[in-house]
Amino acid sequence: MRRCTRGVAGLSVAIAGLAVAASALADVKIAFIDPLSGGGAATGILAQKTHQFYIDAINAAGGLNGEKLVLLSYDNKVNPQESLIQLKRATDEGARYIVQGNGSGVALALVDAVQKYNERNPGKEIVYLNYAAVDPALTNEKCSFWHFRFDADADMKMAAMTDVIARDKKVQRVYLINQDYSFGKAVAAAAGKMLAEKRPDIKVVGDELHPLQKVNDFSPYVAKIKASGADTVITGNWSNDMVLLIKAGKDAGLKVEWDTYYGGSPGAVTAIGEAGVDALKQVSEWHRNATPELDASVAAFSKRYPGKENEYAYWRAKTMWEMYAAAAKKAQSNEPVKVAKALEGMKMSTSLGEVEMRTDNHQILQPLYVSTLAKGVKYDSEDSGFGWKTDAKVDGKATALPTTCKMDRPQ
Amino acid sequence: MLELVTVSLLNGIVYGLLLFMLSSGLTLIFSMMGVLNFAHASVFMLGAYLSYQFGRWVGFWPALVIAPLACALLGAAIERYGLRRVHTSGHVAEILFTAGLAYVIEELVTMTWGRNAVANPVPAAIDFPLFHVFGSAFPAYKGLMMAISVAMFVFLWLALSKTRIGLVIQASLTHPRMVSALGHDVPGVFVLVFAIGSGLAGLAGVIGGFMLLTQPTLAHAIGPIVFVVVVVGGLGSLPGALVASMLIGILQTFAVAVDYSLLDLLRAGGVAVARASPWYELLAVKLATAAPIVPYLLLVLMLIVRPRGLLGTRDA
Repeated sequence: MRRCTRGVAGLSVAIAGLAVAASALADVKIAFIDPLSGGGAATGILAQKTHQFYIDAINAAGGLNGEKLVLLSYDNKVNPQESLIQLKRATDEGARYIVQGNGSGVALALVDAVQKYNERNPGKEIVYLNYAAVDPALTNEKCSFWHFRFDADADMKMAAMTDVIARDKKVQRVYLINQDYSFGKAVAAAAGKMLAEKRPDIKVVGDELHPLQKVNDFSPYVAKIKASGADTVITGNWSNDMVLLIKAGKDAGLKVEWDTYYGGSPGAVTAIGEAGVDALKQVSEWHRNATPELDASVAAFSKRYPGKENEYAYWRAKTMWEMYAAAAKKAQSNEPVKVAKALEGMKMSTSLGEVEMRTDNHQILQPLYVSTLAKGVKYDSEDSGFGWKTDAKVDGKATALPTTCKMDRPQ
Repeated sequence: MLELVTVSLLNGIVYGLLLFMLSSGLTLIFSMMGVLNFAHASVFMLGAYLSYQFGRWVGFWPALVIAPLACALLGAAIERYGLRRVHTSGHVAEILFTAGLAYVIEELVTMTWGRNAVANPVPAAIDFPLFHVFGSAFPAYKGLMMAISVAMFVFLWLALSKTRIGLVIQASLTHPRMVSALGHDVPGVFVLVFAIGSGLAGLAGVIGGFMLLTQPTLAHAIGPIVFVVVVVGGLGSLPGALVASMLIGILQTFAVAVDYSLLDLLRAGGVAVARASPWYELLAVKLATAAPIVPYLLLVLMLIVRPRGLLGTRDA
């Protein structure tokens, strides 16, 4: 197969080939439903490679309960309607697990569709492994027995971020700028609420929502931030919205602390460069300098997928597949219902600390890091010479927040 | 307040000139050839990638010349070997041809440079603050962009209205047979116009590449707004495109700065809207949030009120 071609043609041939090869064997089929073309393709394809990498590792170790795992890929273009069509395709082709992460809008649609599918198809249930969609609703009012989230939700991340802000007396005036959709609004709401609790003296001088992935030039927004006299900007922006925002800030000479969810987005460190040193912060479950030495699997991943655009980013995928494998072994079956039951309340120790899958709402508890871009760290990002340095680490247990989830469990 | 107004005005002018730079080539091609070139934004993107590539090989300043020339050559080839054949089948065929070309260019770019943004930073030579306004830096590359944009306008304006070749170009549009009977090479003129239009797109791409993000979605990101500029300004009118660019740039920039909603306006007028009202959510949207749809709103209004655009001479 033409593995060297990077174009869509080559990719779709590869995917089609994979699907054909897969249907010939009686394996555990896992459907990856995420953007593989269009604006979200960069993150989607990186995630696809990461999942493939860990699934290959499980298969190389002999598979699970005598079966091999097969990853099938479906392009949803970050579109909820398209995702439902791809879910139908995936179930028709025999997938019993789905993996998705990009976009909470997609996740909310899929959670609903999976719930309905499982009610209508007893004995053929599917389980939904969510590695990145972080709208808190997914583990609260919209929670489902069939959905497991392996990333900290927006509120948990904000709690870790505001804990660090609470100790930093330099922060006096905060500006919130977020994308105008469910996730961006959740970030803004959480920031307002938690800052009021932890640091009532901080003034929120702006609360901006801008259209999702449609702004070419953030200079007008930067002018507004500057005029507000803010010393800190909190943003949940990701992908282009993150990169262009800090780029405009850098160009206008805006001197603020950037408290971000996705300051580690591909291209962000390159865009801000030296201006981001000691100013750009992110909250994440891992960064390259979280441990003194780079994890063996991270190094192996970089060897298999070299190049800047393949810079390792999804530590939570490692946690997810290790936990999944442990659950399948514990259940002594690859049957989704049994694996799901084994996953509930499962604890595991990792090189970063204890992780636990909550029983009440299927939210993972894993250590979270607040880190700052710094010079002279051991492992830099995007060959920039700058890398992430830990400011604070929050243990998994301490990230837990109350939930309103009431889920129906199968007998 | 004065600070925000001054900085916003400056940002608006910068954005307006960027829009003009993007749309001048499109306007030129449309006004002189009657071809609505859907591949314009893609040539712009190609210019960005070529300048990135040549910039790595020979440095920024040579790339500033080479990339637009390469785009002009490509434009000439497109006209000579593609568009000229399609031209005989009418406007629909032309539009389909250029739209298809846009996809081809996008896929070629993805295959060559990958899906992710390439690292195309502002060249060190122009990456310094030119001056400060109320403590906000004004980067030198934005100054260069403004200079190039204004130079484009002056060059096109003079070339079309004051030179002999400009007269031939204009005459070729309306009276091609007469012009060719007088011994001028009309097909050659069209090749020249398309090449210049594409070259301008490429030049805009060199600057736009590092001002925006050099990635395969770049053409999609700027394609729609460029058409808005050309339609609002009046299809085929160069001064119209300039006026429309500035209007859209300044309007949109100021809209971002306004934190008031229709609800506030109604309140000021003494009208209270209950929170339970179905209109409440819509009325409560701040103008700042709605800013990016302002150009499209302007487009719709313009097509209803004055279909020929601000300074256009014929209907869209």
